[in-house]
Amino acid sequence: MSAMTYDKAMEQFDPVFGIEVHIELNTKTKMFCGCANEFGAEPNTQVCPVCLGLPGSMPVTNEKAVESAIRLGLALGCSIRESSRFARKNYFYPDLAKDYQISQYDEPTCYDGSIDVVLDDGEVFTIGIERAHMEEDAGKNTHVGGTGGIQGASHSLVDYNRGGVPLVEIVTRPITGAGARTAEVARAYVATIRDFVKALDISDGRMEQGSVRADVNLSLRPKAAPGEDQNAVPFGKRSETKNVNSLRAIERAIHHEAARQAELLLAGEPVVQETRHWHEDTGSTTPGRSKEEAEDYRYFPEPDLLPVEPSREWVEELRSTIPEHPAKMRARLMEEWGFSDLDMRDAVNADALDLIAATVAAGAKAQAARKWWMGELARTANDRDVTLQELPVTPAHVAELQGLIDDGKINDKLARQALEGVLAGEGSPTEVVASRGLEVVSDDSALEAAVDEALAAQPDVLAKIQDGKVQAAGAIVGAVMKATRGQADAGRVREIILQRAGVEG
Amino acid sequence: MTDWTRATAAQMVAALKAGDVTSVELTQAHLDRIAAVDTDVHAFLHIDAEGALATARAVDAARAAGEELPELAGVPIAVKDILVTEGMPTTAGSTILEGWVPQYDATVTRKLREARMPILGKTNMDEFAMGSSTEHSGFGATHNPWDLDRIPGGSGGGSAASLAAFEAPLAIGSDTGGSIRQPASVTATVGVKPTYGGVSRYGAIALASSLDQLGPCARTVEDAALLHEVMGGHDPMDATSLNEPVPSCVAAAREGREADLTGVRIGVIKELSGDGYQPGVEQRFEESLDKLKALGAEIVEVSCPSFEYALAAYYLILPSEASSNLAKFDSVRFGKRVEKGNVERTMSATRAEGFGDEVKRRIILGTYALSAGYYDAYYGSAQKVRTLIQRDFAAAFEQADVLVSPTTPTTPFKLGERIDDPLAMYLNDVATIPANLAGIPGMSLPSGLAPEDGLPTGFQILAPAHEDARMYRIGAALEKALADEWGGPLAAQAPELEVAK
Amino acid sequence: MSSLERSDVARLAALARIDMTDEDLDRLSGQLAAIVDSVAKVAEVAGQDVPATSHPIPMSNVHRADEVRPSLSQEAALSSAPQAEDGRFRVPQILGEEA
Repeated sequence: MSAMTYDKAMEQFDPVFGIEVHIELNTKTKMFCGCANEFGAEPNTQVCPVCLGLPGSMPVTNEKAVESAIRLGLALGCSIRESSRFARKNYFYPDLAKDYQISQYDEPTCYDGSIDVVLDDGEVFTIGIERAHMEEDAGKNTHVGGTGGIQGASHSLVDYNRGGVPLVEIVTRPITGAGARTAEVARAYVATIRDFVKALDISDGRMEQGSVRADVNLSLRPKAAPGEDQNAVPFGKRSETKNVNSLRAIERAIHHEAARQAELLLAGEPVVQETRHWHEDTGSTTPGRSKEEAEDYRYFPEPDLLPVEPSREWVEELRSTIPEHPAKMRARLMEEWGFSDLDMRDAVNADALDLIAATVAAGAKAQAARKWWMGELARTANDRDVTLQELPVTPAHVAELQGLIDDGKINDKLARQALEGVLAGEGSPTEVVASRGLEVVSDDSALEAAVDEALAAQPDVLAKIQDGKVQAAGAIVGAVMKATRGQADAGRVREIILQRAGVEG
Repeated sequence: MTDWTRATAAQMVAALKAGDVTSVELTQAHLDRIAAVDTDVHAFLHIDAEGALATARAVDAARAAGEELPELAGVPIAVKDILVTEGMPTTAGSTILEGWVPQYDATVTRKLREARMPILGKTNMDEFAMGSSTEHSGFGATHNPWDLDRIPGGSGGGSAASLAAFEAPLAIGSDTGGSIRQPASVTATVGVKPTYGGVSRYGAIALASSLDQLGPCARTVEDAALLHEVMGGHDPMDATSLNEPVPSCVAAAREGREADLTGVRIGVIKELSGDGYQPGVEQRFEESLDKLKALGAEIVEVSCPSFEYALAAYYLILPSEASSNLAKFDSVRFGKRVEKGNVERTMSATRAEGFGDEVKRRIILGTYALSAGYYDAYYGSAQKVRTLIQRDFAAAFEQADVLVSPTTPTTPFKLGERIDDPLAMYLNDVATIPANLAGIPGMSLPSGLAPEDGLPTGFQILAPAHEDARMYRIGAALEKALADEWGGPLAAQAPELEVAK
Repeated sequence: MSSLERSDVARLAALARIDMTDEDLDRLSGQLAAIVDSVAKVAEVAGQDVPATSHPIPMSNVHRADEVRPSLSQEAALSSAPQAEDGRFRVPQILGEEA
């Protein structure tokens, strides 16, 4: 490996970068046909004449996908074009069923926006958005023979289930001024997009499943001399690193590319403008398709589809559904809920923020809500290998459960049993408490009878209490709790024991 | 005994309803005729005798049981091979699709099945509808029943010839630049290109998506109207399909036969005459105008100056869209494969072997017109010419209710005569192309035989978009006036074909 | 606008994935050049002020509700494949781009 590092590169060069993020929308159906948009089905079972590109078939746009694209555009501060169009991007590839991709070219639906990203130390960086446009995904090639990669494969197999899944591609403007924080800013930007699409509920935002995919452009230019305007220095030649599909990989890819380019430049060699491929295992990039056979995509307006012309009323209606910026919402909630940095980070990482918020909205205190979702329920989800959202428990259930505790109807231990019942599908917490008979025994006569019985069974303990060894009462409390299957209020039991023993507590 | 193959579809409908004939008898009569003459005519690429007879039997049984049936139930039909038919081979005239048995039905195919019309088979066409003679079919040319040495027109020469040879009473066509109307003209039959979007394109193998339109082919205006109403209507599977009721074509055609055309203004397009138009074609056109005048119509001359550029615009827009539409023929999911090492070379070898010269020419032309640096000059300019042509039509329709011209400049030429001269071939479509560029409806009906060669000439009627019914009314009026003079339909004058034993 | 050269035709054929022999190029280049020359006149009439028409009948916003419709079975999907394997379409080795 070379001695050049990202930090050293940053000392001598000013980086300019740009990111293209592809978001897979979570619509029920594909972009242009009624096939299910679901991950993980048997190959070629979610296909039809349209997404298989059979002769004669025609696309029809999914209205929900258009709505999602516009909402995302609005979240990114974009203008929504009064009339936008689909265009065909023509190129041959086996996973592209029609051998053209329906995308948008010179008239994207969303354009000219910007979004703030918040770095870990609270610094805010504004990213310019050039456009956000709709397009369709390609199918999936599997390579057979050799090492499983494309090189050395004997042949390949194509599954078109993913072909035609709706995507929104978000393209940034060239981003300057991030300097040594470029890698951090890039990571934070993609994280913000991911959080936003989840908050908008237009994508599951799962990078590991390819629902959010990033291509990273990077170029270096000499640092301006003191007193000179950095923006007057022309951009260098850029590389575009494809398919950088985790937040960590984005940082690593920028580190690698900056160091690689700096080394070339310092050696007096040119940086080639090209596409490069990211290798997660080695943390490095290799050149892809050369620009020598420059792609000529022959874009033209898609004649099978009509212009998308959203009414101003509809756009305004959609604008009213845009959630708060995720990072800003987090800062606000931390304050409102009195969470520590760590509380907040854990909740975000567990994807529990919405659940906690909903539980608070249903009447619970924030800390109590956090305790349930991040404690008992997180453990259960982990044991069952499901997400918190997939548990059969709603925020309303949790708030109700906490309410029962706060009212003294149940104690913590009973609450856990009640939760078990809810998780087992026995009904709401109140229903489970009733059906399992979990309510705290508050009838004094029943408790007095239980205390008398326990004292009669252990006369030596009674004697100790009467001798002033009040702590000995613990043994009787235990016996009563056992007899009442934990449904007694231990404090009240203790009071009764002392009364019966003739000792005032 | 009646020869049912000579009857009109309307007569067949009446006879079926009256119980004078069964659908099986009608269907069998046409299958027999196909067996007798199609070796010479070669209108069909595929014949589905069994399927057609099964439909016919079911219709006869339903009728016997007193079931209510669609109007054309039991009337057999021929379908251009551009239309996808589930379970029945579909090639679009290309060997690249040889052997493909589609997994689905086109919307129009479904409508024919719902209308319970026995499908006799699939008709020949120029490969992917590129051509005006069917000589570009990957499976051999179709011959014009009026003179077997001559072209039947194209691309829908198979459908038109099947009608002229009495192999079918009705047929489906597709018209991108005249592929319904020009074959109708040269075979003395009737062909209609509806308003763009009037008939669903879903399942019609695309040539140029913004120009393609399916339509009816028949021997009479009324028969075309009957089929038009079966084919037409909104389809949610085609985003460009018009969301409006099907025009009342049948009523208009029937009314037209009784019509007094007083007050109707008929515009003669100045630019579609003169140079390149055969004298006999112009003579029959003028005579038809006289008939219309005699019926009370007012004849006015209109000018469409941008038509000069229509052919050029068409031969940029069509190849551009076609180059993209035909990319999917890549040997991966269906059709031919010529294996040659890796997938890239396999694709290129397959397309080299599977596509004919005309298809290659147009794909390359379209690839060029869309390529970086040329888009604005070629495709972009062509789309602007389209606007100019629409404006010409809009102005002309201010002065006239319908516009008319000869459908084609000449009577059918000899097979092979223009095969190596694409530009001469393209001139066939000079009068039909403007309607496709503007999306308006057009009809061709017979206007007689040219005195110099005794071959069919066609009369074209164009109407504003959505006004398809207007053409049927005027077309039917002219058809009746001419038939009165001829003592019957022109088709009846076609020479007898030699019948194979 | 210069006419189409033989080398242009070769490049375009490669872009369109159509193998061409020398004879093919000899035959088609001349015809294509003649066609290009005759259609180039569209650029003469269409001024800046003329809008492009890409769809003959002006319409917009034709969308489909986000409702699942039946897909083909895997068997039907693969029924016309030149080659299939493991429920997928089989193609020869893919070169060029690295995945």
